[in-house]
Amino acid sequence: MDIHEHQAKEILAGFGVPVPRGGVAYSPEQAGYRARELGGDAWVVKAQIHSGGRGEAGGVKFCNTENEVRKCAAELFGKQLVTKQTGPAGKGVFRLWVEEASDIQQELYLGFVLDRKTERIMIVASAHGGMEIEDLAEKDPDSLRRMIVDPAVGLAEFQARELAFSLGLSGGQVAQMVNVLRACYRAYRDLDAMMVEINPLVIRGAGELVALDAKMSFDTNALYRRPEVSALRDPSQEDPREAMAADNGLAYVGLDGDIGCIINGAGLAMATMDMIKLAGGEPANFLDIGGGAGPDRVCKAFRTVLSDPNVSVILVNIFAGINRCDWIAEGVVQAYREIGLNLPVVVRLAGTNVAEGQEILRASGLPITASDTLAEAADAAVAMRAQPAAA
Amino acid sequence: MAILIDETTKVVVQGMSGRIGKFHAAEMIENDTNVVAGVTPGKGGTTVLDRPVFNTVREAVEATGASASLMFVPPPFAADAMMEAADAGIRTAVCVADGIPAQDMMRVKRFLRRYPRDRKMRLIGPNCAGVISPGKGFMGIMPPHIYAPGRVGIVGRSGTLGYEAASQLQALGIGVSTSVGIGGDPINGSSFRDILELFEHDPDTDAVMMIGEIGGPQEAEAAAYVRDHMTKPVIAYVAGLSAPKGRQMGHAGAIISAFGESAQEKVEMLNAVGISVAPNPSAMGATVADVLARQQAA
Repeated sequence: MDIHEHQAKEILAGFGVPVPRGGVAYSPEQAGYRARELGGDAWVVKAQIHSGGRGEAGGVKFCNTENEVRKCAAELFGKQLVTKQTGPAGKGVFRLWVEEASDIQQELYLGFVLDRKTERIMIVASAHGGMEIEDLAEKDPDSLRRMIVDPAVGLAEFQARELAFSLGLSGGQVAQMVNVLRACYRAYRDLDAMMVEINPLVIRGAGELVALDAKMSFDTNALYRRPEVSALRDPSQEDPREAMAADNGLAYVGLDGDIGCIINGAGLAMATMDMIKLAGGEPANFLDIGGGAGPDRVCKAFRTVLSDPNVSVILVNIFAGINRCDWIAEGVVQAYREIGLNLPVVVRLAGTNVAEGQEILRASGLPITASDTLAEAADAAVAMRAQPAAA
Repeated sequence: MAILIDETTKVVVQGMSGRIGKFHAAEMIENDTNVVAGVTPGKGGTTVLDRPVFNTVREAVEATGASASLMFVPPPFAADAMMEAADAGIRTAVCVADGIPAQDMMRVKRFLRRYPRDRKMRLIGPNCAGVISPGKGFMGIMPPHIYAPGRVGIVGRSGTLGYEAASQLQALGIGVSTSVGIGGDPINGSSFRDILELFEHDPDTDAVMMIGEIGGPQEAEAAAYVRDHMTKPVIAYVAGLSAPKGRQMGHAGAIISAFGESAQEKVEMLNAVGISVAPNPSAMGATVADVLARQQAA
């Protein structure tokens, strides 16, 4: 789960990371008021959306008067900001962060991630920050420093010191860096984060280290024990279909094609999408209905898939272990009746209670195409799509 | 002999008193699995499915000599259940729960390292279908009838895609020595490499089908192991050719977040070390059959 920059800054500040002074605004007037409250004569107005690359997309404005702050804020509010990470639809700007401008001497990069190779928290740092980590890894790989933290001991002070020196810091900045590193590590560990990124971490005119930007994302599996993190969820930044699906116990990811998919198991779902692609089609979505799905959940899966207007055919592929083919079949029939389905549907059932499931589909008299194998089902779905495949 | 479980393995079920635990334990018993006891804190002294239930894993191990455990424990308590099993002397544990916090698994993996090699617990999962040696026994949630006994090992992240492979093999008359689901989480107990090593040393396994997917470094690690240490043929499939970068595809671990984690890159890595990669998921069985035929001809 992602949160906004201003929320990440508040959290990190609570753990002892210095951040620039600033305030949240929900209207242009409030943005102007924030600027006056902060004082000075230079401010940065930053669109709060769950995405990186906001600067390039025009979501960060530098202002020298309170009027300018209000004007920039008015331009940003309600805008769908399209960055290279959001996709073409962009993300809506409904809140801003107004911050005192910083006199930047140097930009560093600092990130904390879960390293799957060592199965531990890894720190990635560079003396050259400001660009995305992917670009940094490509353009300046030698500047990257990596350090693994032993979960039983935590981040040792000598490790933090080593890292600080290796970035070329000296004097009082080393102690500041050690403090920032230990604070980020504690935030990561104590709040079940999956990612903490400060990019850039800047050295300001007076020589002090400050988190100019901050990003955090959290382990959704741990939210049950982090109510304070759950409370930071912002539905305006989520794809409404994906959010609706998640609330119904379905894992859904919207894609660009027109073949709607309803499948059990993440691996089988990906494999079915691959099969569709090889057969010459494009999947409209990833959807895993999970284990033990009753007819109601199948019906909800249909509703979710159908809420995408591009869908012209639906492919159901179930290999039942803890699922039951008869329940799935009942769900398909129920979906036809309740939703008034008028798209072609291809159903492939295998595993637990497959004979009962197929009988339910046959007896329903509904125009369902039954397939015995994954390959047959994918071919049938591609053949039934509304538009022929683009050349 | 098979790996991880056979007809002699004494199995306890942690959480056997619950609805789901009881249901699957009954299935296991029906399919020749040697289930000797259940463990549910507070239910010690009761009986489920004619098996004694104990309050702690340690009591169950002391009373029955069990060496394996299958856990049906909700995600918030799963890490603790794994550590309890390891400390009680269980040697093989399977955890099916989906939704365990990553940092809990970090702690469990660290905890397992405290035991010497000769009493260290091998953990399979979490977020997996389990382990089955057809005709000998199973620990998990898979439908046992789709597995024919035989000499091909299966190891995969995804449960249902593993079913797909097993049923394709069965349709071609090819049986399975043991099938292992290692699970779809970013941190799991056993890796592809760990299971490949067991199959390499199992006299009852002739070849291995490995089913990978996008995300994580484990397929690359497996490729290196196959190149340097395996004498038996390995056949692979990698799911997620059509998955976009940076989006999590259901499994917590199925996300392309670093170089080398896309399906295309993994297929290239596997091809480079001589592994036969099935071109599509419907060809998993046929690709195994081809490799076995070539092996026999040679």
